[in-house]
Amino acid sequence: MAGVVIVGGGHAGFQCIDSLRKGGYTDAITLIDAEPHLPYQRPPLSKSYLLDGADPDTLLFRTAAFFEEQRVEMRLGQRVESIDRGAKTLVLDNGEQVVYDQLVLAPGAQLRPLQIPADLADSVHYIKSLDDINGIREQLDAVEDVVVIGGGFIGLEFASTAVKLGKRVSVLVRGERILNQNVTPELSEYMLKEHQAQGADIRLNTRIETVNRLESGRLSILTQDGQQLECDLLVAGIGVTPAIGLAEQASLECDGGIRVDSYCRTSDPSIWAAGDAVSCEHPMAEGFTRIESVQNAVDQAKVIAANITGTPTTYDAVPWFWSDQYAHKIQMVGFHQGYDRVVQRGDMDSGKFTLFLYKGDQLIAVHTVNKPADHMAARKLLAAGISPSFEEAADESLKLNTLLKR
Amino acid sequence: MSKVTYIDFAGNTTELDLANGMTLMQGALMNGLDGIEGECSGSCACATCHCYVDEAYLGKLPEISENEDELLDSTVSERLPNSRLSCQIRMSDELDGIVVRLPEEQS
Repeated sequence: MAGVVIVGGGHAGFQCIDSLRKGGYTDAITLIDAEPHLPYQRPPLSKSYLLDGADPDTLLFRTAAFFEEQRVEMRLGQRVESIDRGAKTLVLDNGEQVVYDQLVLAPGAQLRPLQIPADLADSVHYIKSLDDINGIREQLDAVEDVVVIGGGFIGLEFASTAVKLGKRVSVLVRGERILNQNVTPELSEYMLKEHQAQGADIRLNTRIETVNRLESGRLSILTQDGQQLECDLLVAGIGVTPAIGLAEQASLECDGGIRVDSYCRTSDPSIWAAGDAVSCEHPMAEGFTRIESVQNAVDQAKVIAANITGTPTTYDAVPWFWSDQYAHKIQMVGFHQGYDRVVQRGDMDSGKFTLFLYKGDQLIAVHTVNKPADHMAARKLLAAGISPSFEEAADESLKLNTLLKR
Repeated sequence: MSKVTYIDFAGNTTELDLANGMTLMQGALMNGLDGIEGECSGSCACATCHCYVDEAYLGKLPEISENEDELLDSTVSERLPNSRLSCQIRMSDELDGIVVRLPEEQS
């Protein structure tokens, strides 16, 4: 038996291995990943890994011994060039061929590169892989001024880490607010003030025009509206694009993401897909949606493993996400698109509060800051389809967990 | 390196040597122990790495933060006086020999 071949060793790829074996799958499992490292966890990269200078081994999902014991063939540092669906065979960049019975695509996403002169492209750092972040870590001690391009989660997490490490940090944000589209304007405004209070220089409505290397070795950044900044380290966090090249080349149905049905199966019944690259239907969202999060990667991988091991399962996990910035733990659960009312619990000035987002009288999402218990309860409320009244949502004395027992 | 003993709900014992600085959650996950989930990668955001710490070591642990305290109130298995989140416990010489019991359920 050729067994299951998994392409991509991120959160989805690793989870698929673990869940297949826990689900009793005994045939061969092969993992192919372009990175040379054992599968590792990415969330700490922009957060604690830089801050506390941890050993890279602490990021590993499992030790090498685990993959040996679980009889997983690890093809690390190898790339898949093409899929021959008829022959159920992959062709690798080293010319080798790998045969599969079931193929799991977990290719993730590719960095969106900053558009700057080609000879300076090497001076831009990104935050995605362990090698990216090790490249930043090597330099960081000698750095005083940091410019971050991008006001999304990754850019702002890195900015807060750099501020904590005593760096002078400027963040150039293209839009008129930070964390645009991911949080409500209230929460965006709150976090903007927090970044400013901590000393980060956040410049909204600011686009980069070009970058030059100065004689001193520092970088000079010119913005489109004529502002000039100098820095020792330039970091871009301007988003990612789904890695669908391989799937498109194999003529799997794609719509900007790899299309899957509710079982996470692609348009080829022997090929499954999970993670950032996947376009899926979700009972809580309208139409097809792509979700860039650890939770999505992990839960889709679990669904695939269950389906392969004979327990038909559809994907309906409530989406959740978190971000750590300074002492703020921001947690989001649900799809908030289309909300028309925000009910607040707790005082923003206290640094601990919860925002309940409603569409009509239906609760669709909950955003919390330093209220992890509310987040955990909200996950259960949304999964159960329970909508507290607006009064209940606002009432701090009412524990959310008690609403679950209705 | 310091020694930790995990005892799962069924009573199975696993002894591991962990590098100082590694958390008890990381040690359990990396070595494939069941009974710890750690779905937030150890950022004190989810309460799925709950453990019960042997009394002899309780006083040597860092204080419980507000976030950890809130999460311990929302664990699936009962919170006891010696409940902690294992992602918040970093191995050190002082904790050498620590024993933790894992709860019946994490999520």
